[in-house]
Amino acid sequence: MAQMTYRDALRKALHDAMTEDEDVFVIGEEVGRYGGAYGVTKGLIDEFGPERLRDTPISEPAIVGTAVGAAMAGMRPVAELMYVDFIGMTMDQLCNQAAKIRYMFGGQIGVPMVLRTQGGTGRSAGAQHSQSLEAYVMHTPGLRLVMPGTVYDAYHLLRQALRQPDPVVFIEHKALYAMSDEVDLDAPPPDWGRAVVRRTGSDLVIVTYSRQVHYVMQAAEALAGQGIEATVIDLRTLNPLDFETIRAAVEPIGRAMVVSEGPLTAGVAAELSARITEECFDFLHDPVIRVAGEDVPISVSTALEAASVPSADLVAETARKMLV
Amino acid sequence: MTDHPLSLHVPEPGCRPGDEPDFSDFEVPKAGAVRRPAIDEAPEKMRDMAFSIVRVLNRKGEAVGPWAGTLSGDELKQGLRDMMTLRHFDDRMLKAQRQGKTSFYAQHLGEEAVACAFRRALEDGDMNFPTYRQAGLLIAGGYPLETMMNQIFSNARDPLEGRQLPIFYSSKDHGFFTISGNLGTQFIQAVGWAMASAISGDTRIAAGWIGDGSTSESDFHAAMVFASTYKAPVVLNVVNNQWAISTFQGMARGNAGTFAARGHGFGIPSIRVDGNDFLAVHAVAKWAAARARAGHGPTLIEHVTYRAGAHSTSDDPAAYRTKHEFDAWPLGDPVARLKAHLVTLGIWSDERHIQADAEILDEVMAAQKKAEACGTMISGPAPSPRSMFERVYAEMPDHLRRQRQEAGY
Ligand SMILES: Cc1ncc(C[n+]2csc(CCOP(=O)(O)OP(=O)(O)O)c2C)c(N)n1
Ligand SMILES: [Mg+2]
Repeated sequence: MAQMTYRDALRKALHDAMTEDEDVFVIGEEVGRYGGAYGVTKGLIDEFGPERLRDTPISEPAIVGTAVGAAMAGMRPVAELMYVDFIGMTMDQLCNQAAKIRYMFGGQIGVPMVLRTQGGTGRSAGAQHSQSLEAYVMHTPGLRLVMPGTVYDAYHLLRQALRQPDPVVFIEHKALYAMSDEVDLDAPPPDWGRAVVRRTGSDLVIVTYSRQVHYVMQAAEALAGQGIEATVIDLRTLNPLDFETIRAAVEPIGRAMVVSEGPLTAGVAAELSARITEECFDFLHDPVIRVAGEDVPISVSTALEAASVPSADLVAETARKMLV
Repeated sequence: MTDHPLSLHVPEPGCRPGDEPDFSDFEVPKAGAVRRPAIDEAPEKMRDMAFSIVRVLNRKGEAVGPWAGTLSGDELKQGLRDMMTLRHFDDRMLKAQRQGKTSFYAQHLGEEAVACAFRRALEDGDMNFPTYRQAGLLIAGGYPLETMMNQIFSNARDPLEGRQLPIFYSSKDHGFFTISGNLGTQFIQAVGWAMASAISGDTRIAAGWIGDGSTSESDFHAAMVFASTYKAPVVLNVVNNQWAISTFQGMARGNAGTFAARGHGFGIPSIRVDGNDFLAVHAVAKWAAARARAGHGPTLIEHVTYRAGAHSTSDDPAAYRTKHEFDAWPLGDPVARLKAHLVTLGIWSDERHIQADAEILDEVMAAQKKAEACGTMISGPAPSPRSMFERVYAEMPDHLRRQRQEAGY
């Protein structure tokens, strides 16, 4: 067992992958000597050198585009975007190229790259540095999407992402980097693409991912004090989506809530809610409830920032309303 | 042919922490040495301008050469005051950030002349599309310090209602438009604004701003394509302050040519100017603005300067550059250089400087006191979440009205 932070776990995953596979290299702004905007790659340059921790000029389309090219040549680039908010600039390379190349070119070439970035609220970073844009990615056929919420998952999911044959978008949460946990990285890794049940209870199922896992667990503890027992599912990967774990939990209970930090309309929660409704309809006592961000840009003011996304209180209160 | 294994280049700066600062390969032409072309000179005839540096102030503090003489003594004194104000403003706000009164700040130390002098070359009604390091445009344009601080503190009087990052001011009335958290977008918007001015038969011009590092972004290049295609009335400014966070400026240009020379491929007249020389910046800005107003189209200006402070309050430059680099910086300190010039002219003295400095500090502190009375990030009323549903659209749609109601505000 070892005590480490989410940031350390990500760094160790990169370290171990780079040690094991010479084709893995990191490319992005300030990833080398500086160690990344959030310190994830700090120190790696000392071991692997500037060729494998490749600092770039400031051009996100070029970072992602060259990663696509290098992946087509058989390497395993880890492209880093400082903020997921910059993904818009890379959309053509990501969604029209990386996502479709295997399909369009007769399966001759894949794009085994990982796009690492971070998103979410919690640092007063405002409308263009705090977004949860996973729905953009989830909406595009051909891309994998990983959103770890724990230290253990941060390590293993990044290792596994670096073994996938297809492009993976790996979105960390900026409010989790300093979170520390005792983890046993020698224990058998989770199965790729499987959700994990973090808590079981027989009154309702709450499905979530990334930082919201922690808010939902807090809410579940508070609810337990009031006699309401929730099952909590952490999806870990949104593509692959482990719907079987959701189904197995929802059918016997008949009540489901989906929690996501991204904006409500046409978001990840909307997709999950629709799918649960379609596939588990005969088992549901109540409509599936979405708890998600308000449909507004994120403000710098901490009062507004916190109010624009779900909190543990909001999750608990919504659950109570469902059950009365 | 031999089978030579290929390899890539990794650009590195001249010196790193612990090394002696080294600017030996940085060529500084003599003040007054660079010619001043007519505003309608063909771009291909003035390519040399992108490889030299326009300078007006010489070592003795005199204004020399064909670019001298664009400002009166009073205007120069005001320019000095503007730069000194910005310096005190930075200093107070850095302290406020350390006290938790704001979450973030980025300073201008060493590059005050660029925006302060440029503003004097614009007319009211012209529009800037700045980055986060051009507060000098606001200060030299007479925008109230207190309002800037209200924005920095996200307080009850913050004109941007607690929504925007500290220092991301915006004032349409003061010719200072949107600052983007995502680098580069403003550069192409400046071209669009200038095109609209021309399309509607107006006389106003636009100025776009971008940092050396950010010239790598596609928007820099896209802006130049459209500016050159339509000969838009826009002045395109690259502020080369040598650093982009920890990345030295050579990274963004493959350590070859100059940022100004990037304009040549687009047929845009391109000039390098000593960004720490208030008179030179003003003269070049006036020349470029005159070109735009006369219908000769865009100009690309590279302001050569130095970011003497940290990138922002979340950065410590000791990790990536040598400590005394600014002391060795060949273009010196813009405040000291303009002060020396005014002394040489006989309209300024050390005593008056000390007195002005104290007055300015008082002004800045008085503004801060007033701003803090309206709240900071750790005191005073926070904006109500009720407000966050407003201005997403011009008119609030039903679904936001419902979300607001459900949230209980
Ligand atoms: C699209 C985008 N990429 C990266 C960043 C992160 N970032 C903020 S400032 C900066 C450096 C910019 O350097 P430069 O353009 O030279 O401007 P300076 O800070 O020197 O004024 C970077 C990489 C960002 N805000 N937006
Ligand atoms: Mg710079």
